[in-house]
Amino acid sequence: MSQVRRTPWRDVVQVMGLPISVALRGRHAGDDVALTAWARVQADLHAVDAMFSRYRDDSWVSLFNSGHADVADAPAEVREVLTLAEAARSASDGAFDVRRPGVDGRTLLDTDGVVKGWAVQRAARHLIALDDTDVCLGGGGDLVCWTAEAESAPWQIGIEDPHDPGSIVARVPITRGAVATSSAAHRGTHIVDARTGRPPQHIASVTVLAPDLVTADVDATAAFAQGAAALRWLRSRPGRGGLIVWGDGSVETV
Amino acid sequence: MRRIVLWFASTAVVLMLLAGYHTSFSGALTPGTSTSVYSAGVLAAPQTSKSSTSSTSSTTSNSSAGGNASGGASVSGGASTTSTITGDTVQTRWGPVQVEVSVAGSKITGVSVLQYPDTNPTDAQINGYALPILVDETMTAQSANIDMVSGATYTSTGYQQSLQSALDQAGR
Repeated sequence: MSQVRRTPWRDVVQVMGLPISVALRGRHAGDDVALTAWARVQADLHAVDAMFSRYRDDSWVSLFNSGHADVADAPAEVREVLTLAEAARSASDGAFDVRRPGVDGRTLLDTDGVVKGWAVQRAARHLIALDDTDVCLGGGGDLVCWTAEAESAPWQIGIEDPHDPGSIVARVPITRGAVATSSAAHRGTHIVDARTGRPPQHIASVTVLAPDLVTADVDATAAFAQGAAALRWLRSRPGRGGLIVWGDGSVETV
Repeated sequence: MRRIVLWFASTAVVLMLLAGYHTSFSGALTPGTSTSVYSAGVLAAPQTSKSSTSSTSSTTSNSSAGGNASGGASVSGGASTTSTITGDTVQTRWGPVQVEVSVAGSKITGVSVLQYPDTNPTDAQINGYALPILVDETMTAQSANIDMVSGATYTSTGYQQSLQSALDQAGR
């Protein structure tokens, strides 16, 4: 590491109830062109929130859950997300599912497990389009990394320690790719195995490295939901890397 | 369950488009080339729809429209016949991928994967993508020159105490 590291330009905003962090290096870092692209990223995420949020009565997901919207008439973005969700459900043998049983026998949707990674990856295109500029865009702890040149100095990504969120358990250098972590930290246990309705046991966090954040986010959530079987499952998935922190603090790489 | 099946009727076509999409992933560590064709076997990039066959697309959208006309959840007329649509075989870096969709009347009743890549984790190509994950219990963000942090889904309160928050503040 003899090369001089340039300090990236950074900003953070709150969208979709999540902190959205950006770091840019290179030609447009922090200039007006970058600020315009960054504004487009935020507009993109606000639009996604308006469509998928379960906390807004007028979102498509809320309208569906209250019986006022039908998948057959859904916007293209919703159909895209539902397709990704179905693929993830199938790949995880049902451990990951955006469908929840409702009280009256109807099925309710909770697309959060797919939408975040999909939305951040999609929004990142505005920044990736900047010439000669390296990009790292994070949404609530999930990251899209991009360097203008494939052989540029990679972004150095710290993997948070789920038992001590102020420190890291590992570092991963990434030029172009995505990182997602699923964990019980910060929000409490909010991921359940859809087959049992119960949170997984013995697992503290799953981090997945993949070429894109849709894949990384969905696989991290699906692996975490499987508890003790997470490592074996992730190793069966082609093109992924990552690591698992177990409940006892031990770390295994995929 | 019928509603659930219908949900995906208009979108299942995307499932058939299992073309890999191009993303390079830590190019410096990738042997030979910095760009790889990537496929998860079932997760397909929707923008690859140009590779679909026209017969597949039209059949699927017809079945979706039929679902609308028959009132969504209701059972449509008794004249339903079951047919299957086989998608193109798509070559990916990991091997050929092919999907078959069964349609009964206006409903998609099943999606099956006919061919999928060999996911043997000992495959040398797959191992070629392993990143140098540096696991060190004594590592700190400062000593490791961390740019960003991947961690649990932050709420606003969790974020205040997070390492990412410290990094964000340091850069402003």
